[in-house]
Amino acid sequence: MPSQRDLRRRIGAVRNTRQITRAMQFVAASKLKRAQEADLAARPYDEIMDEVLADLAAVLDVEDHPLFARHDGGDRLLVVMTTDRGLCGPLNTNVVRTVLREVLDDPGRVSTVTAGRKGRDALRRARVPIVAHFAGFGDRPSFGDVIPLARLVTDDFLAGRYGQVDLIYPRFVSTLVQRPVVEPVLPIQPAADTQGIPGRQFIFEPDPATVLARLLPRYVATSIFQAVLETTASEMSSKMVAMKNATENAEELIDELTLSYNKVRQANITREMIEIASGSRTRA
Amino acid sequence: MPIRLEIVTPERLVYRDDVDGVQLPGSEGELGVLPRHAPLISTLGMGELRVRKGDLEDVFAVIGGFVQVRPDKVIVLAETADLASDIDLEKAHEARLDAERALEIGLVEGADLATARAALQAALVRMRIAERRQRREGARRRA
Repeated sequence: MPSQRDLRRRIGAVRNTRQITRAMQFVAASKLKRAQEADLAARPYDEIMDEVLADLAAVLDVEDHPLFARHDGGDRLLVVMTTDRGLCGPLNTNVVRTVLREVLDDPGRVSTVTAGRKGRDALRRARVPIVAHFAGFGDRPSFGDVIPLARLVTDDFLAGRYGQVDLIYPRFVSTLVQRPVVEPVLPIQPAADTQGIPGRQFIFEPDPATVLARLLPRYVATSIFQAVLETTASEMSSKMVAMKNATENAEELIDELTLSYNKVRQANITREMIEIASGSRTRA
Repeated sequence: MPIRLEIVTPERLVYRDDVDGVQLPGSEGELGVLPRHAPLISTLGMGELRVRKGDLEDVFAVIGGFVQVRPDKVIVLAETADLASDIDLEKAHEARLDAERALEIGLVEGADLATARAALQAALVRMRIAERRQRREGARRRA
């Protein structure tokens, strides 16, 4: 049976842990709020971009543009988004599992670009080829941060090194649910021109081809930026839930330890009482 | 009849309001948009975006991007858009010096050269707009 002192020490240790997990829970909660706002704030740009692209696709033969061209038989590049820090539940494991499934489906023909340290570490362990790594988007990603990544992916695609580029990232469904998704970015598939005014009615300045050339690089960066924002929101919500569970577990453990501490204390008192009683009887 | 103006950047919605008219820095020259304009999609250069609403005028420094004009709505997709009064003149000045230094050293080339040039131009546009605004306000105060 553990001594009273040991138990007291353990209770103290678990209390400290609880304090830390609770602090992390609250920090994640406030960062989640900010990440969600950033995600929502970036959506209009993404949506209007889609619309303009659909308008352009209606007047131009976009299939001619190299960013729309399917190169059949080329290798596949996966852009894997995970977090830099751990302690955020099963989030990264789920993303990595999705990646490995894609790799196994088409062995030897899939390369990855990682954004986020956790994904890089896991994929390196699994011996999946990583051609580049980007880190440090931080808790508040800015559009400028993703441009190098977008440029790399676009250049490699244009150079014909890859026939297809997909994003894999944890989509923020709700605070409790983050689901890894595979989203194609290249070749670009324009949405149907159903919203707003049909593309044919627009005047394009200077001309449709120039507008398209200016739009496309940004289009890729916007898709990637949106995924980065979703990843941040997912990270924070997953961390918040994981830390909430940890705090609750610590509380349960403290209750159990306190109970056994009291039992030991009670047993010790009883024993001492018996000793005193029997001692005084012998003397009498 | 007012026209709805929305200015969005990749990071946020900067402005949304019903206005009487907009002056845009189109890549092919200044572009004035009034309600019931023909549908138009144009690339934007760098410069001043002026919003007219009644007697009031708001000025934004807009850098790159696109505009989609519909008869009832103008949507500006800008790389960055800052209200003239929000521009920090000192920061813009610093950015200008940084960009000039980068170009002087001459280490940048290719795509980076284009980026550095764009940064310099962006800083200059910001400074010009912020300075003009200060002058205008000064004149008004004296009057």
